[in-house]
Amino acid sequence: MIPFALVFYYEPWWVQIIKSLVIFALVFAILPMLTVYERKLLGRFQNRYGPNRVGPYGLAQPLAEILKFARKEPFRTVTAVGYLYRVAPMIAILTAVSALALVPFGDVQHIFGQRVGLYGIDVSIGPLYVFAFAGISFYGIMLGGWASGSKYSFLGAMRGAAQLISYEVSQGLSLVGVIMTAGTLSLTGIVHAQAGMWYIVPQIVGFLVFLVASFAETNRAPFDLVEADAELVAGYFTEYGGTPFVAYLFAEYANMIVVSGIATTVFLGGWLLPFGIHPPGWVDPFVVLAKMMLFITFFVWIRATLPRLRYDQLMSFGWKILLPLATLNLLVTAIVVAT
Amino acid sequence: MTPYNPGADVIEVMRSPTPGPVAGAYRAFGETLRGLKTTFARVIEGPHTIQYPEEKTPVYPRFRGRHKLHRFEDTGLEKCVGCSLCAAACPADCIRVVAAENTPENRVSAGERYAAVYEINQSRCIYCGYCEVACPFDAITMGHDYELSDYTRSDLIFTKEMLLADPIERTPLRAEGE
Repeated sequence: MIPFALVFYYEPWWVQIIKSLVIFALVFAILPMLTVYERKLLGRFQNRYGPNRVGPYGLAQPLAEILKFARKEPFRTVTAVGYLYRVAPMIAILTAVSALALVPFGDVQHIFGQRVGLYGIDVSIGPLYVFAFAGISFYGIMLGGWASGSKYSFLGAMRGAAQLISYEVSQGLSLVGVIMTAGTLSLTGIVHAQAGMWYIVPQIVGFLVFLVASFAETNRAPFDLVEADAELVAGYFTEYGGTPFVAYLFAEYANMIVVSGIATTVFLGGWLLPFGIHPPGWVDPFVVLAKMMLFITFFVWIRATLPRLRYDQLMSFGWKILLPLATLNLLVTAIVVAT
Repeated sequence: MTPYNPGADVIEVMRSPTPGPVAGAYRAFGETLRGLKTTFARVIEGPHTIQYPEEKTPVYPRFRGRHKLHRFEDTGLEKCVGCSLCAAACPADCIRVVAAENTPENRVSAGERYAAVYEINQSRCIYCGYCEVACPFDAITMGHDYELSDYTRSDLIFTKEMLLADPIERTPLRAEGE
């Protein structure tokens, strides 16, 4: 049997399990903090403080919110479509978490006499794996919107389908330039290839296209038409409350982390530091997290700045500007690499 | 039907030429950067929020808050003589005054009569200050306290004793020229 993809194993099975638990716990500790961080930062952008009442500096805000959401009565509309209504949020969160496994937080380290790679899994199809799971995550949105049996959910889901599919093309194409330059699809390989210069410098166009497409892929402002609250109540999760709603919310933030992680890995040199600084191996995850926070801060900054696009603007921007730009970047990179 | 003719005196709106695709993209990018600069300037500026229960908005000296009844400082007698002019002036009809005669044994106010009952229903009061204007003896004035919420409506009916008592100064006063 031909293997689906080469997996570069370094560790015995028990290290794999511990590793996956650590990454899962780490990310699910960051996610609630991220919601507070976003709201506090958004407050600062609007001359106010943001949440600062619950706990020190309002840091216990997510705890209060989780308690509130968990105590809500589960409900569904009479027109909801059976189990799909319950399965859809699970798909959303499952795919978001699966894609997290790819983000490399550091190089292979020697811990307790074992060689441990500071990432979930290092496959030879890195970006393809991410896009595959992003593709499945559309079903979370579409099934959720459709199975709710509500017109607002349905409209949000349809918008989401069109938006995610059109921007995924540009997002994918913007990465191909990097993959051609690096000559590998393994994300750790791409980081190692950036030892001389981060890809943000030669691939600046690809980086910008990827960044803009990422805003659309994560349904963030200014591309949050999927959940345009002024028009669609809340879009595809209008009919969700309580924990299923939290699942969608966490999936969105997890997607933000994944996209920031991929952008860090592919364009900002992952755990590498500039000017030839080589810190000890345990610093690597902190470098990656700091770079990811840069992206997340930028996400929030953009959300505080730009108004939501109109639907036709969204489509014409995606197909008429972003896609030609990504293709052009790909062509130029191909010519440069070939010569 | 003739099309609407606004006449010759209408000024034509001057608009810049519609940009082409390249100039439009450049302009959109530039305007985005300008927007980002604008929002970031707000972070530098810092929050303007007043953290209410801890910080309070200072009031002006002539702010019309909760009423106060006054006594003469030297004799300690009440200034109110129970004339009910405040109750008459009150547009919300929230003041109730029942007057009684001063006797040599029981001297409450400086005049002939005094207010045996003086009640202001603070849930009805519109804080217009007409009572203050109507009072011929400056017995009632508007104070600075604006934190007037309670759990029951009956608790908001302020009696004479409550209005005469020195109010707890909970509200900061604005400094001169602020």
